[in-house]
Amino acid sequence: MRTRVGVGIHGWGVYIPRYRIKVEEIARIWGYDVNYYVKSLMLKEKAVAGIDEDVATIAVEAAKNALKRASIEGSKVGAVYVGTESKPYAVKPTATIVAEAIGATPHVLAADIEFACKAGTEAFQICTGLVASGMVEYALAIGADTAQANPGDHLEFSAASGGAAYVLGPDDSRAVASIEGSVSYVTDTPDFWRRELSPYPKHAEAFTGDPAYFRHVVNAARELMSQLGLRASDFNYVVFHQPNGAFPLRAAAMLGIPKEKVLPGLLAPEIGNTYAASSLLGLAAVLDVAKPGERILVVSYGSGAGSDAISLIVKDGIEERKNLAPTVRDYVNDKTYIDYGLYARFRRIIRYVR
Amino acid sequence: MRKVAIVGIGLTKVGRHFDKGLRELFYEAAVRAIEDAGCPEIEAIIVGNMCSSSLCDQDSLGALLADYCGLCGRAAFKVEAACGSGGVALLTGYMAVASGLYDYVLVGGVEKLTEATTREVTYALAKAADADYELFYGTSFTALNALIMRYYMRKYNVTREDMALWPVKMHENAMKCPHAQFHKRITVDDVLKSPLIADPIRVLDCAPISDGAAAVVLCPLEEARRVSDAVVEVAGIACSTDYMYLAQRPDIASFTATVKAAERAYRMAKVEPRDVDVAEVHDAFSVLGFIDIEDLGFSRRGEAVKLLKEGVFDPGGKPSVNPSGGLKARGHPVGATGVYQVAEVALQLMEKAGSMQVPSPEIGLVQSIGGVGTTVTVAILRRVK
Amino acid sequence: MASVPRYWRNIPSYYRLVGSKCRGCGRTWFPPRRCCPICYSRDLELIELPTEGVLEEFTIIRTPPSGFDYYTPYVVGIVKLRDGTRVLTQVVDCDVTELKPGTEVVATFRRVREDGDFGIVMYALKFRPKR
Repeated sequence: MRTRVGVGIHGWGVYIPRYRIKVEEIARIWGYDVNYYVKSLMLKEKAVAGIDEDVATIAVEAAKNALKRASIEGSKVGAVYVGTESKPYAVKPTATIVAEAIGATPHVLAADIEFACKAGTEAFQICTGLVASGMVEYALAIGADTAQANPGDHLEFSAASGGAAYVLGPDDSRAVASIEGSVSYVTDTPDFWRRELSPYPKHAEAFTGDPAYFRHVVNAARELMSQLGLRASDFNYVVFHQPNGAFPLRAAAMLGIPKEKVLPGLLAPEIGNTYAASSLLGLAAVLDVAKPGERILVVSYGSGAGSDAISLIVKDGIEERKNLAPTVRDYVNDKTYIDYGLYARFRRIIRYVR
Repeated sequence: MRKVAIVGIGLTKVGRHFDKGLRELFYEAAVRAIEDAGCPEIEAIIVGNMCSSSLCDQDSLGALLADYCGLCGRAAFKVEAACGSGGVALLTGYMAVASGLYDYVLVGGVEKLTEATTREVTYALAKAADADYELFYGTSFTALNALIMRYYMRKYNVTREDMALWPVKMHENAMKCPHAQFHKRITVDDVLKSPLIADPIRVLDCAPISDGAAAVVLCPLEEARRVSDAVVEVAGIACSTDYMYLAQRPDIASFTATVKAAERAYRMAKVEPRDVDVAEVHDAFSVLGFIDIEDLGFSRRGEAVKLLKEGVFDPGGKPSVNPSGGLKARGHPVGATGVYQVAEVALQLMEKAGSMQVPSPEIGLVQSIGGVGTTVTVAILRRVK
Repeated sequence: MASVPRYWRNIPSYYRLVGSKCRGCGRTWFPPRRCCPICYSRDLELIELPTEGVLEEFTIIRTPPSGFDYYTPYVVGIVKLRDGTRVLTQVVDCDVTELKPGTEVVATFRRVREDGDFGIVMYALKFRPKR
């Protein structure tokens, strides 16, 4: 998919809560062999939202950072879309909270997008279309999650919290990266789901691999390259959705992409799987270090299932924007370790009678 | 304006009255006060109370209490200024009598805090602060006073141990106060080892959660002279308010409202701080005792701790401060506290204070604070010979 | 316990630190006022106050008002903003042993509390140490 007029990224911003729990600590509670998680899945620790943090607060912090880099007022934003699977309200948009907090209300499109971990790039695609059509000048696409996992489930080792926000606008001189093109690859593949009123998601274990993650990610990437007439070697950086540290590297290998191009955007080992924020956080980490002229491939994956593949070209002027807000590395390095007890309290796993 | 006197006094023991509600508690104090005054025809009942609505589901408190006390038909209503409700009840009663509208007015206070759990009481009391901008952020009333305590300690270089002297002295004084909630001596060490509520405030820095009721009968001074030989005049009274939002105040080591109300009350009574023989001040937290002493002019700024250590404010001192044990040890049934203070100072001036009597006082002072110095009433009482 | 209209109408102050500035004497206030208590002007305008400042005093609440039980303990403090306006706020994401008067802080959007299990969620700016 290519827009008739150019659309670009004007600002990127992230937020990662400062609390971390190590996979050893989770393994200790449930008596699991930590080696599987550390060696096979390449997970070390994950980011945990504080007791007063949720998707709305994470999205607002990320959005503010993105606005700083874009150097525009919140009132200039014409659309706010929040992609998430852990919204604070089942009914009542997170996007209106974000819009209000950044001063974008009232003349603003706003909605929450749900597509498991693909919701963030889905928001990105919608915003791209809105800007390209001329309906809005600037649109804010956010992926944010405080991912839940059934206590003791394998997912508990990775389900993490974080958010990334992108201000999209015309591909003019103020844009820091051009959106070259994108594709979406979507099928009905029930590998992971959460039914209404269920507190935690369920999944089909190994089925989430080949027929789900790898098929969608690899096919989306191949289709995009084919449409744009590009080869894997044309990309300087590749970012995949990161359910763990190992899957993105295996997907890269299947596409003939060397590990070195994946590592700059690979955050799962240090912060876990931030769900709808995962691939967008990886992209932000790459933008933090990318040079003008470099090409970036981003491929998300959302269970249920689908992948968005997006190609971006970094533009001049990115350098002076990098220091306008904290980088992904700033947030990754600012951390406080917590034990399982505090983690259970922060994530409200402890039942409390009011 | 007519001069106003206190002619009858009634108190209940401060404490946990699980077996009594608002009406039963108030009845005890009211009947005692009315009988003490020689059973005059009461025309109006003014009740100081803070939490009847939030903790006891009771509004129309005046009518309820008038009815229960057999005074149905009289003017009766509640006045509220948080923990300073008792002070403004006295002011309201004073206005009613001084103006000539009524001759005999019952000024009472009643509070039932033990109806609820500590957290519910903490919430109810926090409503004394700005609900939208202080309580909203989870700020408890203790927390606001903790900010004041830290500020005061830093400004005047006062130690945590020094601060603990206040509750120790108050518990000592309360040993002789028959209606006090606590009859138990404590040490500085006890204070410093008691649990933290909001750093640096510990449990023993705080006035307790209390129930209680107190009442006094007011009438024109000339009338009082005819019926009693122990007459106490309300010689001066004033109320002042301050910024609601604590953070807007330029200096939180002093309550401007106390300073302003005291200045006006002293002027009205034509006395100076040095003339005061006995005072009951509003020490809901240790730090407030020191701030009150300075705001009322009993000490220079930052020197209250030093003078307290020297024993200047002990019973028999000049002035004797809180011979009852104060809010800290007599107890703090919030909306009733101001009326307790008035009753205690009046008893001192009448020389009817029994075991807590200080020697021959002539001028007494009552300070009643609502919120964090948000509404302050200061009254000067004088023994009339 | 929680009033939806009350929360809603204060959202500008909770989310964006909207206070007032006196056109008469230039002083700024939080929360917003309609008349200036210093120069008595009634000509005040709403403005967004700076979101950085210095912690002046703080306390750690260990016995909370009901509704804040799950968040205990938490820090409440007075922050002097860059323009001199003082606000009462929560201080989060901090090691309380390292907090002291003078600590530089910056606003962060956080959940304040929720009205029971199914009522509204209330948000506001709190502050955290600047890093």
